[in-house]
Amino acid sequence: MRYAETGVNLEIDLSRGNIEKEGSDPKLTELHLGGLGTNARILWDRVPPETKPFDPDNLLIFSAGLLAGTPAPGANRTIVSTFSPQTLLMAYSIMGGFWAPELKFAGYDKVIIRGKSPKLVYLWINNDKVEIRDASHLQGKGCLETEELIKQELKEPKAQVATIGLAGENRVYFASIEQGRSSASRGGIGAVMGDKGLKAIAVRGKKDVNVARPAEFMELCNEVLQYIDHRADNPIKGVPPILAGLGSPQEMTLHDEEWHTASFAWGNARHRRKDFWNKKVEKKWKGIQDKAVERLISCYNCPMKCGGIITHPKLERYMMKCYSKLTYTMAAMSDLNFGFKIAGLAQEYGVDGYTTPQVMAFALELYEAGILTDQDLPGFPSGNEERFFYLLEKIVRREGIGDVLANGVYWAARKIGKGAEEYDHNTIKKHEQIPIKLGVLNPIYYIMWSTGEKINITQIEGQIPQAPFATKEEREEFVKDWVQVPNEKFKEFILNWEPRTLPHYPTSEAACELVEWQETMHYIDDATGICAGLSSFPIKPPYHIHNLPRLISLATGMDIDEAKLWQIAKRNRNLIRAINTRRGMRRKDERPPEDHWRKRFPEMEAKLLDEYYKFKGWNNEGIPTKETLDELGLDYVSQDFEQRGVYKEKKVKVAKSDSKKEKSQGKKE
Amino acid sequence: MKKVKVIKIDVDKCNGCRACEAICSAFHSVPKYSSTNPERSRIRVLFDPLRDVYVPVLAGEYTEAECNGRDIYTIDGKVYDECSFCRASCPSRDLFKDPDSGLPLKCDMCEEEPPLPEPLCVKWCLSDALTYEEREEEGEEEEEKPDEMEIGLESLVKKHGAKKVMDTVARLAKE
Repeated sequence: MRYAETGVNLEIDLSRGNIEKEGSDPKLTELHLGGLGTNARILWDRVPPETKPFDPDNLLIFSAGLLAGTPAPGANRTIVSTFSPQTLLMAYSIMGGFWAPELKFAGYDKVIIRGKSPKLVYLWINNDKVEIRDASHLQGKGCLETEELIKQELKEPKAQVATIGLAGENRVYFASIEQGRSSASRGGIGAVMGDKGLKAIAVRGKKDVNVARPAEFMELCNEVLQYIDHRADNPIKGVPPILAGLGSPQEMTLHDEEWHTASFAWGNARHRRKDFWNKKVEKKWKGIQDKAVERLISCYNCPMKCGGIITHPKLERYMMKCYSKLTYTMAAMSDLNFGFKIAGLAQEYGVDGYTTPQVMAFALELYEAGILTDQDLPGFPSGNEERFFYLLEKIVRREGIGDVLANGVYWAARKIGKGAEEYDHNTIKKHEQIPIKLGVLNPIYYIMWSTGEKINITQIEGQIPQAPFATKEEREEFVKDWVQVPNEKFKEFILNWEPRTLPHYPTSEAACELVEWQETMHYIDDATGICAGLSSFPIKPPYHIHNLPRLISLATGMDIDEAKLWQIAKRNRNLIRAINTRRGMRRKDERPPEDHWRKRFPEMEAKLLDEYYKFKGWNNEGIPTKETLDELGLDYVSQDFEQRGVYKEKKVKVAKSDSKKEKSQGKKE
Repeated sequence: MKKVKVIKIDVDKCNGCRACEAICSAFHSVPKYSSTNPERSRIRVLFDPLRDVYVPVLAGEYTEAECNGRDIYTIDGKVYDECSFCRASCPSRDLFKDPDSGLPLKCDMCEEEPPLPEPLCVKWCLSDALTYEEREEEGEEEEEKPDEMEIGLESLVKKHGAKKVMDTVARLAKE
């Protein structure tokens, strides 16, 4: 018997309409766990670098995390992986909700989709019975609408449906896959789903998910729950409210938005408004939010309440979580009421809540600069809010200028030309980043922004306070019950971290270790399917490097200790880097925009990257060395690299025009 | 005096996480906690976020025949599904039936020796949508119950009169 996982993947060929159930190799679970890890392995093995995102041979993999469906609290994540039309690199995005456990209960770990359906279809996985069904009547339907229609049609109110909206159907490069209260939005995976002619996947399962050592496993789950309860009563002291608790940022309950509104940039990642937040705004926004949020909601088997049911006089009920209430608000230099209004519509169309507002704010700047004209934007309204609604409609339909903007800031800027490239100042690896433009470079964040392949900083960061505590007493207090650290060294880092020491502290040595810790915890979660909100993202989470190995061992029956788990995460990390290396990702791509910090330190930055690469066992181009790969059992990767001559390439220098462009951008700030 | 066990359900506090379903099915699996399957759970959350409907329902008695007619409640303008608040394992719906055998499932308040301080669905509900209460009530712990046939005959007598029932029994006895 297989424990925690089902050991069965569904192989769907949409070109031929073929459905197969394939047993998976337990050896791969030992090497990569599951979720993102095994997804990466499948993509390495089966999708050569020549395959383009919209080629039929590109795979779109929906995977339940290894522990999804077991009673481990918060183990409910679906990891969707493919190749991104926007970054042209491996894309993966993860969503919470209920879909992954349902897939496990139906008897499958993954749904692997290849080919393209000649007409729009959806997949119906009902335990052993799997069918490809016509979806022509769902064409153009919104995400929640589609979910409802499918459940009605199947007479299965308990089915879980992951679906794309109009944006995915139209292959918008930042189209999301939505599932009730959750979405997998980054990297344009919704566009790949639309390209395959797949509108939705509905799942219903009534089978058991087994664990290997039940009594001990349950004891550990209970400890985790107790700690969650403890943390609810003991928020971290001395950090902003948003960082004090567990879960995804508790944006549906928090009213204090000083942190977001003052430190994140508004508009096209352009303006800091340090004085925006005051009592008057707080009172007004509290009123708007309390009226809008009808109920707090959770994902499967998780006591956190990160989501909210939103009511709005102009919209049907919808569900929201985290920061999307502010992304549109701030990009449009507008108000929270507008944020709630447009986010509901955007989710129905199925677009990423981070990228979309930035693309629209970028278009607004181009219009104000005269680069886009009334000819490009016929009937363009005068107010910011109306303009955002206008642009959203154009983008999801790929109408007029919307067809260009639908490819995201990077590609749109290059297509529009006329100096539009100068306004692309917040993308890394061709992807829009969270709009944070701060004063002094932070070495930890410099490394993470540069080398992250998960595109979203929130999917790499965590564990540590983002700023130093003011006093020694506070620091000592903080480290007292900090059981989550891999070793005592990390406590020293916090104890010695004094205010106003950036960018010289932490040292590059410490920064490397801190980044590695943060990132490793995320790579573990992405394989187990445990939500980052209970594990890799918050400070002092209930899951950590000391209890996760045991949890995984008790669930699966494998024998995994801390060192082994770290090794698996490292293997997955390097495999993903190898996949992207094979697609041409090099050091030149690992650069935060020039204006990311006001004060930059080119020499120090180069040294940081050098040292981090070295620390990771990568060469100076950021490519995992043969030794690193072989030690992780990835010799098939190093052999491939040798055959392709990857190690013998000449260094690619940053193009002159690029650095010049970004310099002038910096001045403008 | 007898002990009455009550699970209090506050639908306003339910967040629809279904931890209650997960832990219930795990507790009742054999060996204990060896498998999870909400379909085997003796508590289900009937929820529909788009209508803001969240109703945790505990599995009650099995019924062979469905009611004559069904009910639909509207509370504070929200319409609840047919028979939402009914606890029965009933032919009218697929709730509270073991997915393999089809046998009815019924909540046993996680009874075991030594007794747990509270049923596990309550323990795992950190939102306090489910809370537990025990109280003493007048009456015998184990009442002597009339047997099933007696209850059945009594209701037939009420409906048709004693004579008709006795005649029918006599006729059946001859056949």
